[in-house]
Amino acid sequence: MKYHQVLVVGGGLAGMRAAVACNRRNIKVGLLSKIHPVRSHSTSAQGGINAAMNNHVRGKHDDVMRHAFDTIKGSDYLADQDAVVKFTADAPHRIIEMENWGVPFSRNEEGKIAQRPFGGAGFPRTCYAADRTGMYLIQTLWEQVCKYTEASMREEMVIYDEWVCLKIIVEKNKAVGVVAWNLAEGKLEIFKADAIIMGTGGIGRIYSNTSNALTNTGMGMALAYWAGVPLKDMEFVQFHPTTLKGNNCLMTEGCRGEGGYLLNDKGERFLANYPDSSVAMEIAPRDIVSRNITREVMAGRGINGQDYVYLDLRHLGAEKIMTRLPGIRDLAMNFVGVDPITQPVPIQPGHHYTMGGIDVNENAATPVEGLYAAGECACVSVHGANRLGGNSLLETIVFGAIAGESAVKYIEDGGKTGDVSKTLEKGKKEVEDKILSIFESKGDEDPSLIREELQKVMAEKVGVFRNEKDLKAAHTKVQELRDRYKKIKIMNTSGLKFNQDLMWNMELEGDLDIAETIVAGALNRKESRGSQSRTDFPVRDDKNWLHHSTFTYTPKGAKLGKKKVTLGYFKPKERTY
Amino acid sequence: MSKEVTFKVFRFDPEKDKKPYFQKYAFEPRQGMTILDGLFHIQRKIDGSIAFRSSCREGVCGSCAMHIGGKYRLACETQIKGLGKNITIRPLAHVPIIKDLVVDMKPFWNKYKSVKPYLMPGDPDPASHERIQSEDERKKIDVLIDCILCGACTSSCSVTATNEDYLGPAALMKANRFIRDTRDNATDERLRLVATENGAYRCHTIFSCQYVCPKDLNPQASIQEIQELGVKRILKEKE
Ligand SMILES: Cc1cc2nc3c(=O)[nH]c(=O)nc-3n(C[C@H](O)[C@H](O)[C@H](O)COP(=O)(O)OP(=O)(O)OC[C@H]3O[C@@H](n4cnc5c(N)ncnc54)[C@H](O)[C@@H]3O)c2cc1C
Ligand code: FES
Repeated sequence: MKYHQVLVVGGGLAGMRAAVACNRRNIKVGLLSKIHPVRSHSTSAQGGINAAMNNHVRGKHDDVMRHAFDTIKGSDYLADQDAVVKFTADAPHRIIEMENWGVPFSRNEEGKIAQRPFGGAGFPRTCYAADRTGMYLIQTLWEQVCKYTEASMREEMVIYDEWVCLKIIVEKNKAVGVVAWNLAEGKLEIFKADAIIMGTGGIGRIYSNTSNALTNTGMGMALAYWAGVPLKDMEFVQFHPTTLKGNNCLMTEGCRGEGGYLLNDKGERFLANYPDSSVAMEIAPRDIVSRNITREVMAGRGINGQDYVYLDLRHLGAEKIMTRLPGIRDLAMNFVGVDPITQPVPIQPGHHYTMGGIDVNENAATPVEGLYAAGECACVSVHGANRLGGNSLLETIVFGAIAGESAVKYIEDGGKTGDVSKTLEKGKKEVEDKILSIFESKGDEDPSLIREELQKVMAEKVGVFRNEKDLKAAHTKVQELRDRYKKIKIMNTSGLKFNQDLMWNMELEGDLDIAETIVAGALNRKESRGSQSRTDFPVRDDKNWLHHSTFTYTPKGAKLGKKKVTLGYFKPKERTY
Repeated sequence: MSKEVTFKVFRFDPEKDKKPYFQKYAFEPRQGMTILDGLFHIQRKIDGSIAFRSSCREGVCGSCAMHIGGKYRLACETQIKGLGKNITIRPLAHVPIIKDLVVDMKPFWNKYKSVKPYLMPGDPDPASHERIQSEDERKKIDVLIDCILCGACTSSCSVTATNEDYLGPAALMKANRFIRDTRDNATDERLRLVATENGAYRCHTIFSCQYVCPKDLNPQASIQEIQELGVKRILKEKE
């Protein structure tokens, strides 16, 4: 058994930032991640990170309340306004801290951090480092982690990379430890901790058409869900307007922020033809642009009548493309053989982000004592029904730090895990039994088919536009797949050492249970708000639906509930751009 | 004519196998399939026992470097089409094998850590504002900051092959990234760590790092710069 005062699960931006926060306060911390931290999905983030920094010539009048307003309006008024104000007020400070630690931000003429326009923002507010912002942020945080792990005057910070967390152990509504699997040694281990912080990221791989990394499975959120923590607002799934046709790699919103056009088969900038995007055009928010692309495609105006349109960057010129969007150019050339300098890029909306997640308050605390969550796996909520581009990287470092601080405070105020060895052993035994039952399964279900069928039904029936008939069919399908999962037969039953057949298929159980919450939530919410667009309930209904949805695990599926939205700063209004 | 390809995959579990062997897997690839897609096809449909790393599937996370069809490359960025009917896949070299294509990257990370891979500005962080850096100053670290730490260069390096203490191209380029950063003030300290016998001066200018780098970076140039700076530093001390 291993022990740390704080155990962080997840080595992305949120997890590393939380671990650094604990270490800076001299708390013994362990950081556990199923992949090496620099391989985390955060590294794929491209476009940038928001803060009212006033560095852009057209951003001199920006301030934290305007950032808060744009975030709340973008959320279609489902964000908790007190949390948003805290979030935007913290933003400049957290970004400056990252710069001070070494992030190579692009610069403006004054040598300050450069900012660019992004969708749904009143000012150019998105700080960027070319189009590799996520990679530079994650490498810089990793550098700080390396520095701190070696600093002699500090308490320990131990990194467990390639350890998969399989279970959170809770006793009497207090988180006491986890069971994790050391892939390289093929062993299970118990971690006891006084406080646990989850930073397991998004869950995109339950969709076939996602921009997310392969490692973004439903398992991370499911760990908390299975441990009795409610999830929140799961029906709100963001579809990014511009993912590469085919493999859905992201073409950052920065492409449009820098002035790129969206064109239909007739070569028209079709966003002009829709009232909700006719003014902001390409930099209208994601939910709106995704819907209007989908409408074009449905009207037969996709390129050659197919399911994609063009992102045209040619008029930006080679110089701008090479300096501001070099990664985009690489991706387009590599995966669709198109050079954006000379040709338009075929794109289509794809799954991108989960607004919902583990229910936490503005201090990153879950309802379970000693358990915290931050980053994409958590739902504070600052994104409500639709996240603005650039706000999610910001969430990782703002709430990662807050989660770390909260855990430290909890421990300093006396929060401690007593002698719970029996509960911990029991938790480990349950995991061992589960693995044994998979190894010895007499069933004949091929888990790879279950995964493929799940991804397909989610993409086809729980996408940009939704309706009751499709959602009911999807729910029935997901429940069927959950039943079939009980009879899976995997190929590799020869032990635990780097048994990725076992690993991916244990994660599949999380995919299924999380997918169920999304479908159940989408079916339940009889209105259109932000990313949830119900063709059978096309308008927002504040009278009946201005509240969060909650999801509590039961073996049959989620039990749904409601939670109040905190307003107080800005009254809900109709949302146009 | 059959469209089938055969992956010849390196297999080894040091705890179970006496020695490594190659296993063949034949399948018909889909249009546009990458080597990584192919490996997943094998793991999910043919043989669940093979092990390999991956995450982003878009060439930015550095998980999936391996030796594919005669060259170190990223599996996720490499199309099956164009590599012929028989494709041999081996893990990164000069590091211990954990299982199959999964290697122990500890030696790589230890070298990385040994160059003090973090900004050392030498003064307290201003905290209320960024450290000012002009666009031209920022340009000095362009490209150097794009290393995804995949390990392809270090594996391809024939000096690393014969001298396990050699810091290798990735760690040296990381050091140069900080040397060139105008916000950093620890060049002397870093040169003491990297302008050394097993650091930059161990390089034999074979250029294989530059040849294999999947991101088209040039670690060789960084090594050369460090060599020059190291000489200048010693001459200055002698003055
Ligand atoms: C292509 C792309 C581009 C994006 N661009 C932007 C952008 O420009 N601006 C912006 O604001 N946002 C952007 N986003 C969103 C943003 O990148 C993510 O929301 C954010 O990086 C998530 O960070 P995280 O720390 O929460 O999780 P991640 O970085 O995904 O890290 C999750 C960590 O949890 C670990 N983990 C998961 N499950 C387990 C387990 N069971 N056991 C142990 N460890 C586990 C993983 O190993 C990983 O280390 C983008 C997203 C995508 C898909
Ligand atoms: S999977 Fe990330 S670089 Fe290949």
